[in-house]
Amino acid sequence: MYLNATLLAQTTVFIILALFTMKFVWPPIAKALDERAARISEGLAEAERGRQSLALSSRQAAETVRGGKEKASEVLAQAEKRAEQIIEKAKADARLEAEKVMAAAKAEIEREEARMRELLRGRVAELAVAGAERILRREVDAGAHADMLSAIELDL
Amino acid sequence: MSTTGHEAAANAPNAGEYILHHLGNLNSSGHPQNTMVDFSIINYDTLFFSVVLGAVGLLLMWLAARRATSGVPGRVQAALEILVEMVDYQAKAIVPNENSRRFVAPLGLTAFIWVFLMNAMDFLPVDLLPLLWQKLSGNPHAYLRVVPTADLNGAFGLSFGVLLVSLFYSVKTKGIGGWMHELISAPFGNHPLLYIPNAAMQIVEFTAKTVSHGMRLFGNMYAGELLFLLIALMGMASPSMEPVGGSLLWLGHLVTGTLWALFHIFIVVLQAFIFMMLTLVYIGLAHSNH
Repeated sequence: MYLNATLLAQTTVFIILALFTMKFVWPPIAKALDERAARISEGLAEAERGRQSLALSSRQAAETVRGGKEKASEVLAQAEKRAEQIIEKAKADARLEAEKVMAAAKAEIEREEARMRELLRGRVAELAVAGAERILRREVDAGAHADMLSAIELDL
Repeated sequence: MSTTGHEAAANAPNAGEYILHHLGNLNSSGHPQNTMVDFSIINYDTLFFSVVLGAVGLLLMWLAARRATSGVPGRVQAALEILVEMVDYQAKAIVPNENSRRFVAPLGLTAFIWVFLMNAMDFLPVDLLPLLWQKLSGNPHAYLRVVPTADLNGAFGLSFGVLLVSLFYSVKTKGIGGWMHELISAPFGNHPLLYIPNAAMQIVEFTAKTVSHGMRLFGNMYAGELLFLLIALMGMASPSMEPVGGSLLWLGHLVTGTLWALFHIFIVVLQAFIFMMLTLVYIGLAHSNH
């Protein structure tokens, strides 16, 4: 209940203890707390960055897919066009070929016709000679009238 | 206390003697101090328990602090971190100067831990350590008080330390001239006629702060100790109080002792916290200009 020198001793001890705390207890804990806070904020920033890069890459992926789809449909359209062209060309070729074949056939027919005409011409001359022979039997000498007969043949 | 047998009963102290004996310090004079102020006397018990408790508390904190990691903390480190953050948070709100906080915040933590441990000595049975000391020293009348904060010197030693620190920071922030100027010009105003009233007011202010700071802690702990003594007396009174005696009062000791100890847990922590807060507040005030 009474004051004595203990008071001053207690004050001194108090200051010494506080200095000890300031030197050895407080700094490591404060440092650990600060470092942990820094690490946490770093981690949060990293997570944010990760989130952003994820969004970016998923956007890129979507873009790539869209590009691929576009390209595919383009290729498909080109292929269709090409097929059409090929068909058109085939048709044209076929037409050309048919015309060629027809022309050849026509030429063949003409040639045959000419041959037939030649053949007929010969036969007609023969028939004419034979007819004339019958008509003229006696008067006509094949040898004597050969010139005349070949002239007729040429006229046919 | 053994009070069986006629001889022992005759030698046993009465209630007043018992309490007075418990309130006597083990000091350098060998008997309880009988003058109000005597700086030639020193209380060995207060000094011993406060130094031991302070050393143990700080040692434990130091052991936890030196292995502190910024990774996942262990339980001890986490507990220490809670304390450090609690004090740091209060210090940041109260003490405006970051440079001062380097010392003031650890000072607050020290005050909290130390006062808490010293207050917690109240949880030991009131007769345990005194009895042990009486056996150990061979003197059946040896004095011993185990709660350093229930000693006026213990509590005022702390608040006096806070006064010194706040005066130090007062001078540090305002300069010796600025502080002297404030001493004579606040709170009434800067006028030659008001110098003396101002200085008187300032002295009253410092004294009131320091006395109320120490007295608040001392009063609570002293009253707590006294109540524990009275509860112990109730248990001891039973054999000599026939009508209501026997197990009834012993039971009363048990019930009231338990209740008071439980409530005292709250007081012990609260007083330590209040002491820390006022330490920060008074030192924080030293930074502000009037």
